[in-house]
Order: sequence, then structure tokens, then C-alpha cells
Amino acid sequence: MQYHTPTSFDDAIAIAAQADGVTRFLAGGTDVLVQMRADILTPDTLINVKGIDGVKDITRTPEGGWQIGIAVSGAEMTEHPELGRDWPGVVEATDLIGSTQVQGRCTMVGNLCNASPAADAVPAMVAAGITVTVSGPDGTREVAVEDIPTGPGKTSLASGEMITRITLPPRGENGGDAYLRFIPRTEMDIAVVGCGINLRVDGDTITEARVALGAVAPTVRLVAEAAEAIIGTTLDDAALAALAEAASAACSPIDDKRGTIKFRTHVAGVLAQRAARIAYARATGQKDS
Amino acid sequence: MALDDRKTSGFTQVGTRPNRPDGLDKVTGRARFGADVTAPGMLFATIVRSPHAHARIKKIDSSKAEALAGVKGVVTRADFATGLTGENWNILENVMAGDTALYDGHAVAAVAATSALIARDAAKLIEVEYEILPHVTDVDAAMADNAPVIREGAADKSVPEGMHPNVVRYHESGHGDVDAGFAEADLVIEDHFRTEATHQGYIEPHACLATLGGDGKGELWCCTQGHWNVQKICAALLGIETANLRVTASEIGGGFGGKTAVFIEPVALALARKTNKPVKLVMPRPDVFKATGPTASTSMDIKIGMKKDGTITAAQGVFRLQGGAFPGAPMEFTAMCAFAPYALKHVHQVGYDVITNRPKQAAYRAPGSPMAAFAVESVIDELCRKLELDPIETRLKNASKKGTKASFGPMFDQIGLVETLEAAKAHPHYSAPLKPGQGRGISCGFWFNHGGETAVTLALSEDGTAQLAVGTPDIGGSRASMALMAAEELGIPYENIRVTIADTATLGYNEVSHGSRVTYASGLATIEAARDAVGKLCARAAAKWGIPEDAVKWENGCAVPSGPNAGDFDPMPIAEITKRMGATGGPIVGHFEATPEGAGVSFATHIVDAEVDPETGKTSVVRYTVVQDAGKAIHPTYVEGQYQGGAAQGIGWALNEEYIYGDDGRLQNAVFLDYRIPVASDLPMIDTVIVEVPNPGHPYGVRGVGETSICPPLAAIANAVSAAAGVRLRELPMSPPRILAALERQRDG
Ligand SMILES: Cc1cc2nc3c(=O)[nH]c(=O)nc-3n(C[C@H](O)[C@H](O)[C@H](O)COP(=O)(O)OP(=O)(O)OC[C@H]3O[C@@H](n4cnc5c(N)ncnc54)[C@H](O)[C@@H]3O)c2cc1C
Repeated sequence: MQYHTPTSFDDAIAIAAQADGVTRFLAGGTDVLVQMRADILTPDTLINVKGIDGVKDITRTPEGGWQIGIAVSGAEMTEHPELGRDWPGVVEATDLIGSTQVQGRCTMVGNLCNASPAADAVPAMVAAGITVTVSGPDGTREVAVEDIPTGPGKTSLASGEMITRITLPPRGENGGDAYLRFIPRTEMDIAVVGCGINLRVDGDTITEARVALGAVAPTVRLVAEAAEAIIGTTLDDAALAALAEAASAACSPIDDKRGTIKFRTHVAGVLAQRAARIAYARATGQKDS
Repeated sequence: MALDDRKTSGFTQVGTRPNRPDGLDKVTGRARFGADVTAPGMLFATIVRSPHAHARIKKIDSSKAEALAGVKGVVTRADFATGLTGENWNILENVMAGDTALYDGHAVAAVAATSALIARDAAKLIEVEYEILPHVTDVDAAMADNAPVIREGAADKSVPEGMHPNVVRYHESGHGDVDAGFAEADLVIEDHFRTEATHQGYIEPHACLATLGGDGKGELWCCTQGHWNVQKICAALLGIETANLRVTASEIGGGFGGKTAVFIEPVALALARKTNKPVKLVMPRPDVFKATGPTASTSMDIKIGMKKDGTITAAQGVFRLQGGAFPGAPMEFTAMCAFAPYALKHVHQVGYDVITNRPKQAAYRAPGSPMAAFAVESVIDELCRKLELDPIETRLKNASKKGTKASFGPMFDQIGLVETLEAAKAHPHYSAPLKPGQGRGISCGFWFNHGGETAVTLALSEDGTAQLAVGTPDIGGSRASMALMAAEELGIPYENIRVTIADTATLGYNEVSHGSRVTYASGLATIEAARDAVGKLCARAAAKWGIPEDAVKWENGCAVPSGPNAGDFDPMPIAEITKRMGATGGPIVGHFEATPEGAGVSFATHIVDAEVDPETGKTSVVRYTVVQDAGKAIHPTYVEGQYQGGAAQGIGWALNEEYIYGDDGRLQNAVFLDYRIPVASDLPMIDTVIVEVPNPGHPYGVRGVGETSICPPLAAIANAVSAAAGVRLRELPMSPPRILAALERQRDG
């Protein structure tokens, strides 16, 4: 195994582009190092990204959104004085990963590129409409988060490509987001279902919404029908019922040791309702319930 | 024991809560656990395990592994003793497969190399050719006519004619005429219950360091609940003499019964013998799950009859336990504990020990009893509900007392069940209001407790301090309790006693730390050894004073004349006697060796409040109170720790822990991420009440407390969850999908 500590994205990409065999980037390492220790995967090339300039920075974009460095951990996102005011759902989703120790290391990009269907940060990122900058030997492109994972453990990144930046859109007025997951315990568990919701209101009425589900399909699901079920409503009982139905209908989960198809499908609807209530309360300026 | 040797009041040290002597070492990292030792030239070992649930081993080719640089030796079954019988054969067969791999994770070979990574790579190069055989992992399926036979001839004589060969032992007990009893009942409830296997879940994996030379002499350092047992078994499996193997127990990071068995130690010794080097072997966590003992899984039928006033008229239970591919599932304990809390005229219980393609079960805290309580106490709860009776009053009405003929045969001596029920009834928890969505559950639980072979020595130092050597690994703060008891007898400060877990070469045989026996049996031996030393101290004082030995008694750490007629001498402190012991007759050492048989049985009553989310089926345990009889709490903090630990493990067992097998018979969740023991945030503060009804069989009245605490939780939680959900849960774990399915079945009628 070759271990590299590049100090620039150009160097990192050059190393990745020339590498043979299996390449992994080392961000927090809470997936990569665990997989190595458990003898699941030993990369031929391991590229530590934490020495690259600016990867630990959280900055405002000129448009009023946020740029988050690829090595920023969940705990650092929580500690940022303003980020969580704009995007509480994204921050909570990233900072509920694992335990306090894991939260000090784990990153959004690592969570996304590990490409687990149950990744917690990802549905919240999709709901928020986050994009990532993908750079490689052939140039740079801006990609929506939902287009990164292509299947369990698989991404749309070509070999030699890496994510160099995360961009959160401007929060704007009267918006709110939320993420909830179901686990049988209270922490240190893998999501059996996850749901991220981001919406905007005009008065009491929802005008925009994005609903994303995790752990109910091979990749994160952005569910347009679920969003449509609540757009134009005041999140009344009928809207909530339609939301749950649309969320459940979008599920194509598996039966496994963590949950049954039936259970996941049902709980997706329940979580969608609960997350929508929190996002709605945040958007309308009510106190978190 | 003569009655006047008993002391039940006037303690000066016993009952206090000093810091544990091993505490500083543990919080500073100085304590040495199984994996913490090294030896010059040490090799690292990895075990190759079967990926199949059941397969004939056709060929093992280790030539590629042996060709790898750094590899020093490979062992297979051929490197162990032959001609073993009985349990020794079972253990060897489990430690290293013979012709057949009997479960996913069964050891088939092992390799030692100069680094752990080389050993890991070498293990992958060992080629094993298997012929896959049909498998069965479920207890009921394994008893069915068409079930694959795990091993012909494994059954003993207890099994009735006509049973499937996978049924290897049978038990029947009880008294009276249950049919007559059921006829007297106003309501009879009969139900079926199932529990899944759970692992003891100790945080420290098994680990050892072994040497074994060409002269047949060996040393073994390992993490175990009983090193004399390790010594005896390893000697047999390696074909060497017992005394030639010296075993030292490391600090232990949890055992809960699972470290009373032997798994990796014989393998490390075989590799050490083959390579003539020290060999270290540390089990990875997945191997711990796959190849060390979980508890048995069960399938149970319970029938209980009750009168309108709450009197139980008859009770009967059928208990089917699978304990993996070898005999030993503790079904007789399940059967015998099931109805023990109740004074019954008519009771009958039947047990089946069934083998399957799973790992050999090992003891887990009160082996077999928690499952029995789950089934029986669920039915009692249902009877109380239907007959509108208070669950504690009903249990009081039927409670076993001194003089009751126990459901498993003998007559109870002084016991504390009624006292735990009364204390539970009086506890504010029992009358606290519940919030909507919450339910309350009650359960009693019973465990026998155990004495066992025990040897202790107490050597006095020249300055009047004492070195106490016991042979029972400290799995729950027992060194603190031993020091308190010795300090009480010697009349010297707690801090002046250093307690060591001695190795096998320095004490007589000590049975493993199991059966909640340590504070009872090693405690009794410690008290007796201290009294032996006190006798010798008094003799030295008597000689000095020139008076008869029996004219001297021991008080507050000093020899004093026993009365005015004995003479007028100033008290002689311990240090004054020990300072001169070399010149007055030599070292002063007290010792005691025995197999004490007066371990008093113990009962507990638990109260649980649970809240169920009806939309997701998720349960939160919101309040928990343990009430248990300790006989006498030597160090109350560690008694409370045992109570809380039993409840915590019970919560895991009840709600989320389970062995999940795929259709291929392979274990699907051999990591802590998917084998869900409770994390700290899953638990409420667990409240404890120590009841003290002295055990007549111990000088201070001690009863073991380590196991009874896990007997009531499964039932108490199931009763609380069933009350909260409004539907009876009869299968463990009560995982969210299972609760949601039960709610749905109920809605659909
Ligand atoms: C105890 C424990 C608990 C956990 N609990 C959870 C949980 O609750 N929820 C959850 O979702 N996950 C959980 N995880 C998994 C893990 O912590 C998360 O997926 C985490 O977000 C991964 O981030 P990381 O920075 O550590 O990634 P790494 O391990 O450093 O990397 C993960 C993957 O991302 C790739 N990668 C990293 N950076 C880049 C980049 N810039 N460009 C392209 N690819 C990149 C790597 O090549 C690798 O494939 C847990 C892990 C552990 C050990």
C-alpha cells in the first residue's frame, strides 16, 4: 500500500490519476480505516486529503450560501456559529453519525463517497439541494449530491476524480430543513430508514419542498411525489397522510438483519411526517417541537 | 459451621464502600488484560474458521501458508491429544474441528507467524476443501423428523425412545398432579414463547499468551473466569500433565459466564509446542460472536391455572433449548428455575437439550433461568390482567418461603422472596403514575447460587499487613469484598490488605468464578483463613505471656487476655506479633480449603416502566427498579453494580440483541454494530434496593448476587412493553419490527 499526503488538490488528483489498483482518499477515515482493520478492503493507494489547503474551512459564498471544506467534521459543523442556523437539518444529520469520537472525524464527503444506502448525511444533503465540485485529470464539474452514489459502495466518480468542494445554496427567507433517522437504539447504529426534508413557506403555505429518503433503496431517493404532496398545503392532516403515502410508495428496500421491507416502508412514511413537522416549524419560525 | 461462628451485626468494615483496589490500575491503563503481555521472540496466531454451517472437511492444505516468509507453524486437529472422551472430547472438537465443521466460525486450523499481519495473510493461504452438508439452526426445526442429524450417538440415556437424534438430553421434574390442579382453576392460560440466543457481550475479547516446551512444561497467561479449569482442560487436550502447565489469569474485561469455557488457549499452546516459541492469540470480535458461547435459544410452552383470588392451582412447562453443536444447553436449569418463586401443590416441568449447527453455548449469568422467567412470568401477568389482580399481591400470595417444597425438589431454607416483593410494593416506583403510552411490568426471578472448590491463603507481613491470595478471578469487584472481610476479621484497615488472584501453581484448585460463588465461597474461605491466622497470632501472644492459647482472644487488631482470670496484659497489636514472627515460630499464614455447600438461593423482584412508539414499534425503558436479596452486602456499591448490570444486559436481551442466521446457516451480525447491546444512552438510571435476609450457610450471611439480577428483566420488560403496546409479546427480542407486526395483527383482529 502506498500512502500519500498531498498538499494541493492538483497533487492529489495527479497521484490518484496515476495510481493502479484500488485507490481511497483518507478524510476522517471512519469508513476507510475500519474497512482496512476489518480486512474488508486494503487500498493499494491511500491519499490523505487533510493536508490540502483550505479543506477545514467553512466560508460564506458571495451568493449567501456556504462552502464547506472536504475534511470538515460533523463536530466542526455543529460548532460553527452560523451554519447550523441556516441548515440545521444538514448539520444534525452529519453530527449524529456514530458517537462523539466518530463525530470528531467523520465528514460529509466521506459519508457520500462511501456510498452506503444508509448514509445519514446524504438525505439531508439531497434535500438541501447541495452540490459538490468534482475535479479530475480531465477538468472540473459541479454535480448534485443525488447523482454521486450509483449503488451500494459505488459512485459516479471516474478514476482519478475526487470531490474538492461542497456548496450549500443560500438559505433564503422562510426556509427550514430537518433530518430524522430510525434506529432501534439511541446512537451508534445504522439507519434503518432516514428522511431529510427541506421546505420554504409563504405565510402558512408551503411553496417549495424537497424530500429525500435513505436506506430504503440502493441509493438515496429524492421523492418528487412526496414533495408535491405537501407543496401548496399548510401541512394539515390530509397533506401529512399524502406525504406518508408518497414516501412509503417510493421505497424499494430489502429485507435484512436491520429491518424488514414492510417495516422500512411503513417507517419511511412516519419519519417523513415527523421530519416535515420539524422543517415546517423551523420555516414558519416556531420553536422546534 | 457452628452457629456461634456467624456474625450478622456489629460490622465495622463490611458494608462500607471503599475504593476498589484495582480501580487506579484500571482507570490509568496500568491493569494488564489478556492481550497486554508480550514475551521475547513471541509469535502471533490466527485461527482459520469454517465459512459453512455444516460441512465435511475433506482436505486441509497448508503448504502455501507454510511457504510464506515469517510463518513458523500450522496446527490442525492432528496436533492435539487423541482418545479423549466425554466433555473433554466435546471441548476439543469445539476448539478444533475433526472431520466436520459444525457451525459457521468453527475452527479448522491455526497458524503462527512473526507478525499479526503475516498470520492473517497466511490464514487466507490455508486451503480447506469442504463438502457442504445440510444444516439446521432453529431449535424446533432441529427436533422435527426431517431435520439433518448433527451427530449420531450424541444423546445420553435420559432421552426417551423415538426422539430425533438431535435431542441429546432430557429432564423431567415436579410434584403433585397437574391435571387435578388445572381442574381446580378458574382460569387456565397456555401459551408459547420463544427467545433468541444472545451473547455475553464482554468488551474484552478472549486473548492469551502461551509457551510449551519440548519438555512438556508450559506457561499460559489468559483472560478467564477460572484458570484451574483452563489448566485441567488444556492439559487434557494437549496430552500433558496438569501440574506442568502453570496458568495465570489476567485482569478480565467482562465474562458473564462466557469466560468459564476454553476456546483459544489449547490452540495457542499447540502452536507454541510446534514452533517452540511463545504464541499470542487474540480473538477478533467477529470470531468472539461466531465461535464463543452465546446462550441457548429457546422454544417454550407454559400452562398455569389460577383461582379468582390469585391462588395458582397448577403449573406446567416444556422447555426446548438448543445450545449449538454439542450437548449442554442448560435446559434443566430452565426447567428447575421456572416455577421456583412459587409454592405449588402441582407442578411439572420437562426440558429438552437439542443440538444444532451453532456455536457451543456457554454459561451466561444464571444459565437458562432468565428465559424461563420470561415465559412463566408473562403468563402470570396475563392471568393477573384477566382476573384483575394486583401483580405483586398475587405473587405474594403464592410466594415460596422457608419450608416450601421447591418446584425442583428440596425444601427452601431461609429465603428472601417475600421481602423483595414487600420492598417492591413499598417502593415509590410501584405507585408512581404512568404517562400515556407507557406500561409497567413486574417479575420475580430465581437462581440457585453455588459454592464449589475453593482455596485461599492469607500471609501476614512483618509490619502487620496481609497478603490475601484467592483463586477466583475478580469479575465484579470481589477483591474489594475479600479485603473487607479479611479486614473485618483481622481488625486492621482495609488498605492494609493486598488481594491477589494467585496462579495455578500457588494455591489449591479453585473452581471458576461462576454460580455467583465468589463473594460467598472465596469470601467464606477468606474469613476462615483470617480466623486461622488470628488463632496463630493469639498463640504467639499466649506464648509470650506464658498463658494458655485459649486464654487469648482477638479484638480490634490486637491479642488481648480473654478475661480477668487470664492475667493482666496490655493488648498486643498485630504488628508487634508479626515483627517477631521469624523468631517466635516462623511465618504466620492462615489458609482454608473446602467445598462449601451452603450457598443460599437468591430471589429478586424487578419493576419496569416502558414506553412504546406505536408508529415505529420502538421501546424506551423509562424507569427501572431492581429489588434483590443479597443476604449481606459486603460492599454495597458492587452489589448495586451487579443489580444494574443484570438489568442492563436484560434490557438488551429483551429488546434488541439476537443471533441472526441466514438461510445458509451463517451468522449475519457478528459485529457490535449489528449485534445491538444497549449503549449508555439507551438506559435509564437503574434504581436498586438491597434486601438482606441472611444466608444461614455463610458466616456473614452472604448470598451470591451476580446472576439473579438477570433473571427477572426479560419478563418484567415484556410485561411492561405488553402493557404499553396493548398486545402480548411472546417472542424475544421485542425489536421494533416485531412490535409493529404485533400491533398490526391486533388491529386486523
Ligand atoms: C463507530 C462508527 C459509527 C458510525 N455510525 C454512522 C452513522 O451513524 N451514520 C452514518 O451514516 N455513518 C456512520 N458511520 C460511517 C462513517 O463514519 C461515515 O460514513 C463518515 O461520514 C465517513 O466519513 P470519513 O470522513 O470518516 O470518511 P473516510 O473513511 O475517510 O472515507 C470514506 C470514503 O469516502 C471517500 N472519500 C473521502 N474523501 C473523498 C473525496 N474528497 N473525494 C472522493 N472520495 C472521497 C474515500 O475514498 C472512502 O471511500 C460510522 C462509522 C463508525 C466507525
